[in-house]
Amino acid sequence: MAAFEPILTRIVGLEDSHRLAVFEREGGYQALRKGLKDFTPAEVTDEVKASQLRGRGGAGFPAGVKWGFLPSQEKSPGPRYLVCNADESEPGTFKDRVILRDNPHLLLEGCILSSYALQANHCFIYIRGEYPEETQILEIAVEEARAAGYLGRNILGSGFDLEIIVHRGAGAYICGEETALLESLEGKRGYPRIKPPFPAVVGLYGRPTVINNVETLACVPSIIERGADWFASIGPEKNTGPKLFCVSGHVERPGTYEGPMGMPLRELIEDLCGGVWKGRRLKAVIPGGSSTPVLTAEEAMAVNMDFDSLAAVGSMLGSAAVIVMDETVDIVAAAANLMRFYHHESCGQCTPCREGTGWLEKMLNRYEHGQGRVGEIEDMLDICDNIAFKTICPLGDAARMPLEAFLQKFRGEFEARIASGAGGGR
Amino acid sequence: MFSPEVHSEIDAIVARYPDPRSALLPLLHIAQREMGWISPESMIWAAERLDLSPAHVEGVVTFYSMYFTKPVGRHVIQLCRTLSCDIRGAQGVRKLIHDKLGIAPGETTGDGKFSLVEVECIGACGTAPAMMIGDALHENLTPESVGAILDRVED
Repeated sequence: MAAFEPILTRIVGLEDSHRLAVFEREGGYQALRKGLKDFTPAEVTDEVKASQLRGRGGAGFPAGVKWGFLPSQEKSPGPRYLVCNADESEPGTFKDRVILRDNPHLLLEGCILSSYALQANHCFIYIRGEYPEETQILEIAVEEARAAGYLGRNILGSGFDLEIIVHRGAGAYICGEETALLESLEGKRGYPRIKPPFPAVVGLYGRPTVINNVETLACVPSIIERGADWFASIGPEKNTGPKLFCVSGHVERPGTYEGPMGMPLRELIEDLCGGVWKGRRLKAVIPGGSSTPVLTAEEAMAVNMDFDSLAAVGSMLGSAAVIVMDETVDIVAAAANLMRFYHHESCGQCTPCREGTGWLEKMLNRYEHGQGRVGEIEDMLDICDNIAFKTICPLGDAARMPLEAFLQKFRGEFEARIASGAGGGR
Repeated sequence: MFSPEVHSEIDAIVARYPDPRSALLPLLHIAQREMGWISPESMIWAAERLDLSPAHVEGVVTFYSMYFTKPVGRHVIQLCRTLSCDIRGAQGVRKLIHDKLGIAPGETTGDGKFSLVEVECIGACGTAPAMMIGDALHENLTPESVGAILDRVED
């Protein structure tokens, strides 16, 4: 930890870090100059592939590989698009906000380099509706970048043209799902599309499209500037690079922290966040946003924060949104709170998700208020099973996975909420 | 429907998309900013401006939680109720707002100044509990700060 040097947040905290002059003074846009001068588009993609950068939005798919799925201009002549997913809406997640608010030019530099790699002349940044101030900051940054020749026609004499369009959503968790985001960007309801075809082939306006998370794109300048080998030297194998961790809940100092991929969760909670607040004991930790299965205190204190380590204990790094729960937390109420969220946010296209989340919410509300019915734990698990992998998009799974983990690891707390004398209610 | 300045703002937004229909969400944001909510007239206006059917526009408006299909107070309080805010005291904030303004979620004060809505995660989990009033984010809410924040809202 001692040797780690922040990349994504290095200038955060400087006065006016969001302004172009400060970003340039701190070495910003040098990677873009280098990339446009010394790299062909394919070489940028190769460098990102070699860095083993994995998508920071939740799924952890290798970014360079994703870019490689785009058909060539010969195969698919015409426009192609880069879309930056700035719709972070997963409960517990606020990591991209620090980039959007305090380091927007780093994101733009990443968008320009990545668009160059993909030969996209339009890049859209889809930002969630609840971030109006960040939208404005980004729009100002785009204007600054255009005035300085980093956007528009013939960028820095390279012959490459690019426009970046900041597009604000309007309050829908589902639009963080990449195909729902594309529908929304086309001016429609945010209904996820059936895949295949994947967006790399049929995306925005039916054209080849890459969708990457804010933090993913913000990693690209450092990869071009300092090389894939340097990037891959941070963190464990196949889990490389700097990482933003956003910690909320019951710690002394919640917030967004940058550390190496694979840092111990214990270090994050105890050292960076000052430990569980008020001297209380740790009860449970959701490690990667509300859809990732909960960890018990014991599991949490032993795991490292990277994709593969968390997968090995049956959870996920997700958006690295760590929700810390102390001993006073009512797990049943927490499960009910999250199920209400998923029911509210289900787009309604698929019956298992639309109906299932509603039933689960009702049952969990009963349990929360001590009115659980005998056999309903099994019913809930059965509903989860009927949602699992049976929907167009992963929202249904995002709803049932955490509940299954709550029921498995804290079953006693649910059983204690079965109404006395209940039994005939099924 | 709007001032000439707003119409030129709208023209510029429509022009930046390869397909003008992409401008629907931004246009609805502007309509709501100008009128306070999205009326049926605004939906018809947006449909005509972008060559869409009013039914399509209504479908979009009702899909997104930030568009109001009924008139609301001049200042909309969006109070986050999702887990990170919940376990850091969001329910207490709701009660404070109720005690001070006399409104529950979904209600508007008699003078039309404030509406309160409970919303899902607004991405301010590290500074929970949090709420937005209009476009302004208010974080680390405490019993002392909530009242002062509401007092400072100018009509």
